[in-house]
Formats: sequence, structure tokens, C-alpha cells
Amino acid sequence: MLVGSLLVASFVIFGALFLAPGSAIAALSGGRALPAASVAILNQRYHLNDPFFTQYWYWLDGAVHGNLGISITLRENVSTLIGNRIWTTAGLVLYASLIICVAGIALGVLAGLRPGWLDTSTLVTTAVTAAIPSFVASIVLITVFAVKLGWFPALATGTGGGFLSNLRTFTLPAVALALSSLAIVARVTRAAIREEADREHVQTAISRGIPARQVIQRHILRNAAIPITTVSAITVASLIAVSAVVETAFSMNGLGAYLVQAAQSKDLAVVQGISLVLVTAFVVVNLIADLLYAVLDPRVKLGARAS
Amino acid sequence: MTALTFTRARSFIRTPGRLGKAGTASAVVIALAVLAALFGPWLAPDNPELPDLQIAWVGPVGGHPLGFDFQGRDVLSRLLAGAQSSMLGPLVVVALAMAGGAAFALIAAWRRGATDAFISSGMDVLFAFPGILLAVLATTVFGAGLTAAAVALSVAYLPYVARVLRAGALRERSQPYVQALEVQGASVWRICLGHILPNMSRMIVAQATVLFGYAMVDLAAISFLGLGVQPPAPNWGVMISENQPGIMQGYPLPALSAALCVVAVVIAVNVLGERLLEREEVR
Repeated sequence: MLVGSLLVASFVIFGALFLAPGSAIAALSGGRALPAASVAILNQRYHLNDPFFTQYWYWLDGAVHGNLGISITLRENVSTLIGNRIWTTAGLVLYASLIICVAGIALGVLAGLRPGWLDTSTLVTTAVTAAIPSFVASIVLITVFAVKLGWFPALATGTGGGFLSNLRTFTLPAVALALSSLAIVARVTRAAIREEADREHVQTAISRGIPARQVIQRHILRNAAIPITTVSAITVASLIAVSAVVETAFSMNGLGAYLVQAAQSKDLAVVQGISLVLVTAFVVVNLIADLLYAVLDPRVKLGARAS
Repeated sequence: MTALTFTRARSFIRTPGRLGKAGTASAVVIALAVLAALFGPWLAPDNPELPDLQIAWVGPVGGHPLGFDFQGRDVLSRLLAGAQSSMLGPLVVVALAMAGGAAFALIAAWRRGATDAFISSGMDVLFAFPGILLAVLATTVFGAGLTAAAVALSVAYLPYVARVLRAGALRERSQPYVQALEVQGASVWRICLGHILPNMSRMIVAQATVLFGYAMVDLAAISFLGLGVQPPAPNWGVMISENQPGIMQGYPLPALSAALCVVAVVIAVNVLGERLLEREEVR
């Protein structure tokens, strides 16, 4: 299933950009007119005259072996360019995922277990923050915490230095990326906790005098874990694409921001390479989520399709 | 039968009253945004595209309550004129995604079996493409612009819409009235478009409302990235990105006011969509 979807996805990525207007020779030569002999050499080296499927095969074979072609704007290997940037994006997405999973779930559990002012204020705040797009969160965070208060750097271009300085640089982008997903995770967690807490088996456990701590841990959280995992996985997977927006807003040197630049300059090899990496990451995160269900819920069998 | 129609009619009439304070406020925000989208260019007091660099970043003054942007254009005028592309884009996305999703859902639910399996696995592949990524791919191929981005987003939303509507269509398909119509010899088209689809209308409206919020955020993000609406054309996403330098220089108002427009409409649409989904579930 995983390999199947990746194959089809890679075909779509390659096929779509194969259709892009503009000749590959012109892109390689930078628009200069070339002698016929050079054109022939280029055609042969890049398999430009081969049929579509042959070209796709060469590209896929290269991609599997870590060779994604050459960027026409930077004249470098796409895999090297991706390798230089992938840790910025991975760090950003992991940091944001951590914020979402810790803060979002904690907030949701607290609000779910304690009806009252905390619950009401969580509901109102999350309704608002869930609607804040990442680029809006970025500029608001820059305005308040970088420009007005000066606690964090406004731009995250430099990622040299020790781990701690990187952590400071990455904090605002990660919060901007996490904010709306955090709100969604908190809301779903709260709803799941509330629903489980109202179940008859929980009422029974309470009436039998089982300590509250144990009821919460073994009866409420255990059962609520399934929807919570689902929503966390979906939102974490969605961060992978949205990271492009946050990276652009903070001028970070990550994959997403580079993808956008490559799209603007029609650097097809780069767009193909980064898209393939992002789609793979997206599919893998979704697969991990599926594996987690099977662990959490013994009724779910791997390989069985939900109707 | 009479009783049934009567209660349904009554519940329909009472709907506005059940919106509550948040719902009413949301309806007002959406109405304002729609008005701006329809008449914005005529309501704008100034030319939204004529730069005057001498008054760049000038703050609010009489007649210009939001001040001027990085090229000295009246921010209020650009917000009003930009409402059109900011609202129309998501509308196109929603219309395309709902039409495509409903078509696939109806075909899958009607034919079932192999057709259903084929459509479902096609949708599973589309799930692998996040909306923004598909839009970036589309703009690389067809050039930056609202059309390519909107079509790509609607394709990316297709599996989500089709999945929900397929479940609804399957439910309707198994209802006795469909069998009765089949026995009477009604054509497939008439049953699907004349009976099943209208019965799914509440579900479709609820889904479309929720989807509008997502489409608005994603399209604004694409314009923010410079791949959607192209400056100098006014658009809320474009305004945020072109005025971002002002934030560092201490003039956050132009970027933040455009951001506020996006957020206000998205919150309003979300609140309304949640109400509609709840009603759908109660039913």
C-alpha cells in the first residue's frame, strides 16, 4: 500500500512537470542558442528524446538511488540541495509536533476533565486560534515577540551556533506552525474525554469506588486515545506542507521555502525532488498513524480496510 | 406526511433564532465580506492600485482610517477591492470540489462493487497530496495565478468531500424510496439528481461551509507565497506578504488589518459550519 501510493504519487509528480511548458534544452543552456552537436549531447545525457515512460524510469531509478537530477538555477545536485535544507524543515516540523502533542493534548484533557471556567475559556480561545492561518500567526508573533518585546529573533535565516541558540531561533516559527493545529487537537481531545467520561462503564467504575486517578488513566484516557491519536497524526502530517508558508514568513532556509522559490523560477528538477520528499514524509506519517491504531485498538487489524 | 412537512418547515423558519450570539455575529461578518466582495471596488474611496511612494507607511489620518501601505496606497481601499479575489477564490474551490466530490460519490454509491473500489483507491492516492503542495505543483506547470491554485486545491479537497458524501449517498441508496423509484422505472439520472442529491442537500451545505474556511486559508497562504493572485492586484493574502517588511520597521497596521479580514471571515465560516454540522448529526 505504501509503495503503491508512493509509486502513483511519484508518477503524478513527474508527469505533471513533464507537461510543463518550456524546453529542457533552453533551461539547461540558460536560453542561449547551442550548436546542434551540443544539443545532441544534452539530449543524450538527459534522455530528452526518449519516450515518457523511459524518462520516468530513469528519474525514478535515480531518485531511489538518491540522485534527483541537477538544479538549473544553482547548478548543483538536487539531492545535495535537499540534504542541506532538510534538517531545518524536519526540526521545525518535529518541534511544532511536540508543541501540539504536549500542549494540545494536555489542554484538551484538562478542559475535558474539569468543566467550568477553564473549559469555557479553552473552548473560546481554541475556536479563535483554530481559525488563525500559519502566515497570520507568523506575522503576529513577529510583531509581538520579536519587534515589540525582542525576546526572539524576527528572522530565522542563520541556523549556526549551538543547539540552544537554534532552539530560540526555531521557537517562533514552530509556535506559528503549531498554533491552529494545537487548537484543533485540544478541541478533539476535550470532546473525546467528555464522551468517554459519560460512558456507563466509567460511571460503574466510579460507583464501585475505584480511585479517580485510576478511572481517568485506565478507563477514560485509554479509550479516548484513539480519536486523539487520529487527530494528532492528521494535523502533524498537514504541518509538512504548511511548513513552506512558515519558512517563507521567517525567511528560513528550509525545503518548503526552497520549493516555493523553485516553483517561481521553474526549476523543475528541484520541484520534483522536494515534492517527492514531502509526499513521502506525508505518506509515512500517515502510515505510522495507522500502525498506532492497531497498537491502541486491538479490534483494528492491520491490512483490513475500514468500510 | 402533512405533520412531517409542517415540522420541517417550522424548524427551518426557527433556524435563525437558534444561531445564538456567536452565530448571528458570524452571519453579520459573512454578510459584510460578501457585500465587500460584490461592491468593494465601487465602495473603495481611493484607487487601490495607484502608488504614491511619498506617503508610504503613513499611519491613519482623516479619511484614511487604516493609513497607507508600502507603496502609499490606501489600505482600506485595497482591503475592499481585495475582498473580491479573496472571497471568490474559495467559492470556486468549494464549488469545484463539491461538484466533483458529489459526482464521484453518486457514481460509487450507485454502481458499488468494482467501480466503487476503483474510485476509492483513486481518492486514496490523492490523499497523499497536501493541498498546498498540489497548488505549488500546479503553479509550476501553469504559471502562478489564482486559477491554477484554485483548481489544484479543489482536486486536493476532492477525496475529503467524496469520502463524506459517499457515505451519505450509500445511506440514501439503501432507502426504500430509491427501490420504489427503480421499480417504477425512473431513470438513474432522475433518481440521483432529482431525489438522492436533494436529500443530501443539508449535508452538502454543511460540508461546503466547512470547506470554504479551509479553502480561504490555503488560497490566502498561496497568495502569501507569491504563487496565487499577483501584485499589484489587491488580495488579502498578497497584502499580508507585501506589507510584511513594515512589521520589522514598526508599521504593522497594513499587514495586520489584512490578516484580521482573513481570520474574521474564517472564524465566522467555522462557527456557522459547526452549527450546520451539528444539525446534520442530530438529524
